[in-house]
Amino acid sequence: MFVETLLLAFREIRRNVMRSALTMLGIMIGVAAVIAMVTLGGGAKQKVSNDISSLGKNLLMVMPGTHQTGPSSGGAPFKNEDVQAIKRSIDGIQAVAPMSTSSVRAVYGNTNWTTTVSGTTNAYFGARQWAVEKGRFFDEAEERSGRTVCIIGTTVRDNLFGQQDPIGARIRLGTGSCEVIGLLQSKGSSGFGNNQDDTVIMPLFAFQRRISGVDDVSMIFISARSEGSIDKVKAATEALLRQRRHIVGGKEDDFQVQDMREIASLVESTTTLLTAFLGAVAAISLLVGGIGIMNIMLVSVTERTREIGIRLAIGAYEREVLLQFLVEAGSLSLAGGVVGILIGLTISAFVAPMVGIPFVLNLWIIGVAFVFSAAVGVVFGYFPARNAARLDPIAALRYE
Amino acid sequence: MAVSAVSPALIEFRQVAKVYGHGENAVHALDGVDLVINDGEFVAIMGPSGSGKSTCMNIIGCLDTPTSGQYLFRGVDVGSLTRDQRALLRRNHLGFVFQGFNLLKRTTALENVELPLIYRGVPRAARHARAQEALEAVGLGDRGGHTASELSGGQQQRVAIARAIASDPAVILADEPTGNLDSHRSQEIMELLARLNHDRGITVVMVTHEPDMALYARRSVSFRDGKISSDQNQPGHAPAGGA
Repeated sequence: MFVETLLLAFREIRRNVMRSALTMLGIMIGVAAVIAMVTLGGGAKQKVSNDISSLGKNLLMVMPGTHQTGPSSGGAPFKNEDVQAIKRSIDGIQAVAPMSTSSVRAVYGNTNWTTTVSGTTNAYFGARQWAVEKGRFFDEAEERSGRTVCIIGTTVRDNLFGQQDPIGARIRLGTGSCEVIGLLQSKGSSGFGNNQDDTVIMPLFAFQRRISGVDDVSMIFISARSEGSIDKVKAATEALLRQRRHIVGGKEDDFQVQDMREIASLVESTTTLLTAFLGAVAAISLLVGGIGIMNIMLVSVTERTREIGIRLAIGAYEREVLLQFLVEAGSLSLAGGVVGILIGLTISAFVAPMVGIPFVLNLWIIGVAFVFSAAVGVVFGYFPARNAARLDPIAALRYE
Repeated sequence: MAVSAVSPALIEFRQVAKVYGHGENAVHALDGVDLVINDGEFVAIMGPSGSGKSTCMNIIGCLDTPTSGQYLFRGVDVGSLTRDQRALLRRNHLGFVFQGFNLLKRTTALENVELPLIYRGVPRAARHARAQEALEAVGLGDRGGHTASELSGGQQQRVAIARAIASDPAVILADEPTGNLDSHRSQEIMELLARLNHDRGITVVMVTHEPDMALYARRSVSFRDGKISSDQNQPGHAPAGGA
């Protein structure tokens, strides 16, 4: 009986191709919008989380300044001694890397490029899980003596050297100069909009002597030995720095220790919220599509009053007539839903690379869209179908 | 009118009344009707419009229920049945032929005839065979593939009769079956009904207001103002099975 009903529904849909297509269009657009929104949102989230994890795992960033005033203002910079103290007295640390940064114009031959020059130690590369594509890291002597060697990012290479091999070349940085000993692997954007490959990295001492002229450390990277020890290391670092910076009692820290996981979860929750919001807006169009189905089913029931009368007179149960119209409405919206899913995925697959995010197939939302579109048909088809099933056969047969 | 306790009559009205509306506006469509129709009869129900013949037909067809009194179908009180039980009764025992044919228009003749068999759950192959057989019985064996709208009025009515007999009903209820046909086609339809009654023993109950058509029946029941005004056998009915 159900197979018969299904065949009957398909035939009825085929009979009114134009009407059926227009009815499906509502559901199609709704589902396509939901799928595209959620898929693109998922891609954006994935990209942000990839970007953040590209900063390095188990990473803590220590910066002067309070939460309120922003990361780079308020609070005195750290000193080399702070770094030594952290290294000495905190357990569970894999590496500690101080870093000072300055924006400097780099010149090679007759090309120049304004970039970020940082001074740090080899530990930085470990903490950031960053490898050289070519050349080498600093050696111990270079770190200690502050020799003017540098490792450059791919963006700097591209802008100063083009296709040329930069290793061994000398570039001028502000008033000083340095020898390029390594080329870093590309890391892309950090998720905060800055290009991590646009960088020149020197030994900290060389930076302090030649570029900044002071022995300040503007930032400290700490990598915890394991994910489980992050919280302990963070608390210990905070306590140590409060002591060293003479912050007592309830006074607020004039520095902050940022945990990558916190940042990641913050950014992720923002994208999730945005995705949910856009998805909800799209879902409204699905609702409108459902009303379209109800509308057309009501028309269809009226048009087919006689047919319903015949079926009832011949001995169809009420529920068989109900089923017939429900299956019809359900098939309509399900077909619209399936086409909508395909359109939504196609749109996502095209748009994702255009806006630079990965295409992440979210099977869950596809399943939901599939079930939901069928449900829309059944729910919105129920009222017209019930009207049909409850017709009085005598009146229905007389209906002109 | 032999009503035995062992085998109840096919159709029995006991003081059946049907009232539409309430109080002042109440219309007594049927007013205490007693009627028995036995297996194998061919009954014409006559009467002017508003006499109650259509209401009587609807009640016999289990499409409507009496306001008071009892309608027994093979001894079962139809008034006490649920809507679904009445549907089941129609499905298994009744065949309908209407004045307006009432075929599914854009559906083929064969599929129209199959319709009651679908509701009876007859499997596809058997359904095709039975529907084809019914079409052949009404002389339209070669028209199964045509949609209803491609057929003439007479042919459409014959398809409707095929649909009515496809499920082997005990009774065919024909409501003005020739009302939309010219006299030649009308005669064909009446001969067909008479033949089905004679050859297959199917009881035929037919509402008509045309005396010519009523002559094909062997019994004529006339209604007036919701009551039976005459009920007589017609010895001189048109020859069945022949012509």
